[in-house]
Amino acid sequence: MDFGRISRRHLLQGGAALTLGAAAGVRPAFAADTTIGFIYVGSRDDYGYNQAHAQGAAALKKIPGLKVVEEEKVAETDAVEKTIESMINLDGATLIFPTSFGYYNPHIIKMANKFPKLHFEHCGGLWTDKDPKNAGSYFGYIDEAQYISGIVAGLTSKSGKLGFVAAKPIPQVLRNINAFALGAKSVNPKATTQVIFTGDWSMPVKEAEATNSLIDQGVDVLTCHVDGPKTMVENAARRGAFVCGYHTNQSALAPKAYLTGAEWNWEALYPKFVKMIAAGEGIPNFYRGGLKEEIVKVSAYGEAVSAEARKAADDAKAKFLSADGFAIFKGGLVDNKGKTVIAAGTDRGQKDPELEKMDYLVEGVIGATA
Amino acid sequence: MTSEAADSAETVGAVAPAADPGFVQRYGGTIEYVLIPIAALAGALAVFGIFVMLFGKNPLDLYFYMYYGAFGTWFSWQNTLTRAAPLILTALCTALPAQLGMVIIGGEGALLIGALSATSAALLLQGMPPLVVQIAMVIAGVAGGGLWIMLAGALRQYRGVNETISSLLLVYIALAILNHLVEGMMRDPASLNKPSTREIGAANMIGSIPGTDVHWGLVFGLIAAVAAYILIYHTVFGFAARVAGGNIRAAKIVGLGVSKLILTICFLAGGAAGLAGMVEVAAVQGRTNANIAAGYGFTGILVAFLARQNPLAIIPVAILLGGISASGGLLQRRLGLPDASVLVLQGIIFVFVLASDALYGRIGFLKGKS
Repeated sequence: MDFGRISRRHLLQGGAALTLGAAAGVRPAFAADTTIGFIYVGSRDDYGYNQAHAQGAAALKKIPGLKVVEEEKVAETDAVEKTIESMINLDGATLIFPTSFGYYNPHIIKMANKFPKLHFEHCGGLWTDKDPKNAGSYFGYIDEAQYISGIVAGLTSKSGKLGFVAAKPIPQVLRNINAFALGAKSVNPKATTQVIFTGDWSMPVKEAEATNSLIDQGVDVLTCHVDGPKTMVENAARRGAFVCGYHTNQSALAPKAYLTGAEWNWEALYPKFVKMIAAGEGIPNFYRGGLKEEIVKVSAYGEAVSAEARKAADDAKAKFLSADGFAIFKGGLVDNKGKTVIAAGTDRGQKDPELEKMDYLVEGVIGATA
Repeated sequence: MTSEAADSAETVGAVAPAADPGFVQRYGGTIEYVLIPIAALAGALAVFGIFVMLFGKNPLDLYFYMYYGAFGTWFSWQNTLTRAAPLILTALCTALPAQLGMVIIGGEGALLIGALSATSAALLLQGMPPLVVQIAMVIAGVAGGGLWIMLAGALRQYRGVNETISSLLLVYIALAILNHLVEGMMRDPASLNKPSTREIGAANMIGSIPGTDVHWGLVFGLIAAVAAYILIYHTVFGFAARVAGGNIRAAKIVGLGVSKLILTICFLAGGAAGLAGMVEVAAVQGRTNANIAAGYGFTGILVAFLARQNPLAIIPVAILLGGISASGGLLQRRLGLPDASVLVLQGIIFVFVLASDALYGRIGFLKGKS
């Protein structure tokens, strides 16, 4: 094989394509079959954030007439812009799901402006009315599922010490930690949740260290908010602790130790989105929901979960599913420095924008935001 | 080109008998210098084809999609060039100090510091005319990155610290500084879940080369690579650097200011990577956040070694690696190969090129080798 010759010929062809392509412009691909592109920031079998989205993509693959193309490990740089364009130009994709939080600004906005006829659905809930109308950003109130995990953890723990391995002290993560701690405290007022921040979304070594360190301090139930919970789940199970999963179901990694978990339900949401488009109604630019809207779900209980814990968790779930819903963050809430963060009498429901700015850890959480 | 290539072959330390000044000898050396890397590349592609066959894929499909995704259309070309742009600059960060016999692998750190410095300059000069802001960003980016690598050079020259280790460790320090500032002092309070600095402003962005999607970083890279080539091979300073790189004691004996050479070269090297950081901010992200750390600095090391530390050869090698990464997405989508397969290919190429070093001067001319 002579790569020199091939590449020279190809260079010439590329040069010809270069002139042709410039003249023809971008084709506005609308084929009979719709092609949908999925872009993941990490690997799609990470037992975590990306796998949850890949499961959603897999649900779409089952729908006839839909073609799904996927690309993993796409960085949050102009690489994602190029991947989007490549899916549009080379695969004819008309609906793109760039699933990582950091893809939105400026990359998706730029692409949505460049391709006004195509649709872009981003996971993260970042859309504002200044942004292009063909872009949307959805997100789920996964803190509801974390609250239920907290209940199960609080009733399973013998030491009353729970552990949380977290990436960064940003509002979304703090909200999960607080919801988990409040869930545990609702059934066991003495329960504490000790949190360790690793500093980034995927730091397997630090996640393992944090897991070990928490267990060394007497923690016997752990959960996490990092991109891939695999490290925490496997290490905790090996040390004999129980775990609550996150993002997706990790029970296969630790069948005995896995209690329950807070999962995304993209396999329910994505087919819903496709139906909305097919019906011509379009997807709302800003789409959110929790357990009731089937955007998040709770893993099936593991064998170690007692009947009492199952009942308490099911009761809480019923409250979230009820017409009135259930507010996790209620008035009279004190942070772990003793400051009142929600005044008595004000309930902050899941859609309250104040919760999006959360910068505290509630009473009962051991740890600091900075 | 002829004498240039022969020169560089000597610098790299080829075994070719340089004593005979005959035309044929020199010509043979040049051919060898072009042919061996191409043969190494062809060998690597062939081995990668076998690797892909083991996954049950047709290697011919593989070669076609690689070509199609990297150079097959005008869009593919732009995709490739966009990805190549930062690599040219970060590769110079390794290639320039290599002339002095130093192995600097900390381009990523210089890139991060360059991005931070450039962003700071832009934020301090808000309201000034865009051109002023842009020039200040270039100066700040180059100075920031330059001083960062100069630090590694100074540690080596004055304290005897190994520059390879120190430049690598400086990457982690740079990353920590970046995260600290972005999540603290320089944080835009509105960037809730993605800590970032404030935006430098749309007017201050440097944009794309007219008629393309490729940003100006490519032009910066080309100019820097050519300038570095001229500096190293056609100036007294460059000659002095190569003498010092060949034999530092001899250089000292003939009275060359080795300290000055080391510090200047390290500054220029870091400046190139810092400029890449500035471009990431001013052409892609519009602000600094963790996305800036996309690993361009590390891929740059690979580019520099594949180009045998020749600043001019960096250009085609960067385009080649840009093409490999541009086509990587298509390989995932069309052939269902995991993202890691691109890393496998890069690794195979690296091994082949390093191994091919042994061939220089051992081939009875061009015979049977293509």
